[in-house]
Amino acid sequence: MKDAPGTRDYDWWLIAILAAICALGVIEIYSATHASNLAGMHIKQIKWLLFGFAIMFVLSRVDYHLILDQALILYIVCLAALAAVLVLGGARFGAKRWIHFLGQDFQVSELAKLIIIIVLARFFAEVRSDELDLRDLLKAGMLVGVPLALILKQPDLGTALVLVPMLAVGAFLAGLKWQHAGIFTLAGVLLVGAVFYPPVSKHILKAYQRERITSFLHPEEDAKGSGYQLLQSKIAVGSGGFWGKGFGNGSQNQLGYIPVRYSDFIMSAWAEEQGFKGVLLALGLYMALLLRLVQNAQRAKDRAGMFLVMGVAAALGFHVLVNVAMVIGAMPVTGIPLPLMSYGGSATLFVFMAIGLVMNVRLRRFVN
Amino acid sequence: MSYSFHSDNRLPQTRLAVVSYIIVGMIGLLLLGFWKLQVIDSDKYGQMAEQNRVRSIPIIAPRGRMLDRDGRVLVDNRPSFSVLLLRDDPKLVEQYLPVISDGLGISVDDLHDQLQSTRNLPKFQPIVIKPEASSADLDFIESHRADIPVLEMLSVSRRRYIPDGFLGHATGYVGEASEQQIEASNGKLRPGDVVGKSGLERQYNDILMGTDGMRRVIVNSVGKEVDHLSQQDPIPGKQVTLTIDLDLQTVAEQSLGARPGAVVALDPRTGEVLAMVSRPTPDPNDFAVRIPKEEWRKLNEDPLHPLLNRAIQAQLAPGSVFKIVTATAMLEDHSIPESFTTYCPGYGTFYGRQFKCWVYWSKKGPTSHGAASLHDAILKSCDVFFYTVGMKLGIDRLSFYGDKLGLGHKTGIDLPSEESGLMPSEQWVERVFHRKWYAGETISVAIGQGAITTTPVQLARLIGGIASGGVFKQPHMLKDAQNVAEEKFPLSEHTVERVTDGMYGVINEPGGTGGQLKLTGIEFSGKSGTAQVIGYDTRNRLGKQKKFEDNAWFVGYAPKRNPEIVVAVLVQESGQHGGEAAGPVVRDVVKAYYDKKNRKTQGTVTTADHGSTPASDAAVVAPVVAIKPEGLSAVQTHAAEGKPDPQ
Repeated sequence: MKDAPGTRDYDWWLIAILAAICALGVIEIYSATHASNLAGMHIKQIKWLLFGFAIMFVLSRVDYHLILDQALILYIVCLAALAAVLVLGGARFGAKRWIHFLGQDFQVSELAKLIIIIVLARFFAEVRSDELDLRDLLKAGMLVGVPLALILKQPDLGTALVLVPMLAVGAFLAGLKWQHAGIFTLAGVLLVGAVFYPPVSKHILKAYQRERITSFLHPEEDAKGSGYQLLQSKIAVGSGGFWGKGFGNGSQNQLGYIPVRYSDFIMSAWAEEQGFKGVLLALGLYMALLLRLVQNAQRAKDRAGMFLVMGVAAALGFHVLVNVAMVIGAMPVTGIPLPLMSYGGSATLFVFMAIGLVMNVRLRRFVN
Repeated sequence: MSYSFHSDNRLPQTRLAVVSYIIVGMIGLLLLGFWKLQVIDSDKYGQMAEQNRVRSIPIIAPRGRMLDRDGRVLVDNRPSFSVLLLRDDPKLVEQYLPVISDGLGISVDDLHDQLQSTRNLPKFQPIVIKPEASSADLDFIESHRADIPVLEMLSVSRRRYIPDGFLGHATGYVGEASEQQIEASNGKLRPGDVVGKSGLERQYNDILMGTDGMRRVIVNSVGKEVDHLSQQDPIPGKQVTLTIDLDLQTVAEQSLGARPGAVVALDPRTGEVLAMVSRPTPDPNDFAVRIPKEEWRKLNEDPLHPLLNRAIQAQLAPGSVFKIVTATAMLEDHSIPESFTTYCPGYGTFYGRQFKCWVYWSKKGPTSHGAASLHDAILKSCDVFFYTVGMKLGIDRLSFYGDKLGLGHKTGIDLPSEESGLMPSEQWVERVFHRKWYAGETISVAIGQGAITTTPVQLARLIGGIASGGVFKQPHMLKDAQNVAEEKFPLSEHTVERVTDGMYGVINEPGGTGGQLKLTGIEFSGKSGTAQVIGYDTRNRLGKQKKFEDNAWFVGYAPKRNPEIVVAVLVQESGQHGGEAAGPVVRDVVKAYYDKKNRKTQGTVTTADHGSTPASDAAVVAPVVAIKPEGLSAVQTHAAEGKPDPQ
């Protein structure tokens, strides 16, 4: 069958929202770095974005069914790559996350997220009943569990955690019974509780992770550690007020009080300089992006397409939630970047590849 | 087209809708979080951002100088640098400690100790790691400005005093404000501020200190200055002109020499302190930076008490100087006829006990005074006469007059920590010892022995006041003092004439205890005192020991009536009589006063008011000190309550 969707079939609204969010990111990266030795970083980010848009279009042209067909091979490649990074990868900041490929350092776990979305979509699409029974859920859990364990081993708690909402949203849409959903939610709450409860957490978390949680709970005890980071971020956000201090005028941002102000804490810098009105704009755009994804899922041709789109939505939604909650001091520092706004090659490419999959599903909604 | 996997097109629309609600809810919650920070708590975080950003760096105001009455500099400042350590980033500090230790010659352990002891102070507040930087230190910091980001220099000015403790007890010294002082200052003082710790430095700290300026700068997150906002210039402390006369002070210092004791010279007409010496004394220059603990301990434990300003704090038996009080009481009271005489065989027996006259122990000449009138008794300081008068007057009368003449009270001199001495009375023994007064005690008190104690400044005020007819001016050291307190205890002309005749005789008549002190052309008068530290009998039993030697007093003045200068001198444990040990010091100062006065009157034309201000015509730098009268009276009242600084 001929498969030649026209340009009008692209989700131009989605692309517009995407471009708007990227623009905010570039503006803030420029503001945060132009006066420092990192000047010019926004240019690099623009290059990544352009590259990202290109990849998105390329990925949208390949029928997602073909991609889903290769799920098993992709899964094996994913596990191999994750294993390889543990053995061969270069360590930075005490964690092995990067692998050198084509002259660039890539964060393999970003690719892993994408592959898990595909693998889960394939798996849930093949569940034939309207209700997801526990055996299928257990299988899905194991599919996610192995790469999750490998990513945790790097260690990269943040990225590992992203796999959880992908599984959760997939299972929910695949017909997880409400009572099971309730039980898992409860279990999740208990696990989070355990993480925050030192006698238990010392068995399951690394020292630096426990430290982050302690400093999140008691920022004042750790005035220069990650508690300091959260505090400085809150100061930046709060001092921005409703109207913001103006572009390039955020003292917390410009004087370097905000930690990694161009990346994980870019929302903090944005909130300081643009105020609540700017936050309203940024979060409004993210909400529009996520709702637009859900809408695309609702109009998908089949369940496989829906699961793909919703996997992407789950991953992006979780990123936004955890990152922004961290910026306002409502969550500990996890090292999860804000999609499309934070500076970073691998993370940006992941988002565009994911959106490429969404576009792919959309282009084929009327095709039979 | 078929694929290898099954997929149908029935989509869970309800559950997808639930997911969109969750998304909207999630964004809503995040917005709520921003609303709380950016709208509700915006002011709080705005202030915190400002505190992050703006740092205030003090510019130390130089302390005011102290000048003598003729405008000559007594206390000055010299420039100096302190080395500061910026502690914002503990890791960075830790990293540079070895380099700093090498460069400044401070051991790493010492630096750690300093960091440890200041760990409770705010992180952004730099600490002084070397208060007095040498030029080598400055070179080191200057040349490493770029690569050691945690060092900073602070320009400060340090006090410079005349060396060797010259006037040291009066000027006092400065030091870093103690925690108590900071608390008591209502936020005016910050840790590390230099304040007066004793003497005039403490008394007039508010005037001398000035107000530190402030430089407001913007700093980045590692504490580096990136911009300069504003500068508030420091207001230097005000200069004060003292009543001290450098010439007299020099003579007094030299004449007393290294002997433990004190000199106080007053102008009884005004209460101005012309000279004040107390020995031994530390050199306040040694305290200008920081007193090493060991040094401080040694000073405190020194049996000679070098930190005691003997001029206002030594509380000792006045010995025969007190006979002037007994004599005044006798003449004013009229219960004893003026023609009263006693016969002194070298001792007298009162209440069944034998009291020796000092002359009994005399090594040369007669060991008795024979028959003595009041005049003779003052001249020769006959104990037997005053024993008898004391017995007849009783302790009530003695203590009434002693009290009225200022004994047992602080003089109110504008120095902190003045002592009041003690004028014993029946009430006093009842209050303190819960017993009755023994009549025998009156005999000792009548000649200035027993429980009675006085300070040198009290005796100078007392003798000067009696010779001025019972007018007592509050001793003070600030030249421009306003509203100087004055106490009056009017004495009859007859009493004053008789008593001053006696004191004139002490020096100028044959047989006087100060006969060797005569100054030609000057009506130099006075009274000697030789106070026992322990009884003569006991001392003979214990053998000769320095610490049991007599204290020598001499209070002299001139002219005989309405004196211009009165000088009280104490020489401790000299083993000599008052007239021998202390008298010459008084004479030297009085002579220096008249020498200077005569030089002025001969050498100048504008002598219209030379009597009251002997140095007003001196061509010196005009000591313009704008001290508001109300401010001054405030400090003066404070003086009486000044507590010793516990440092």
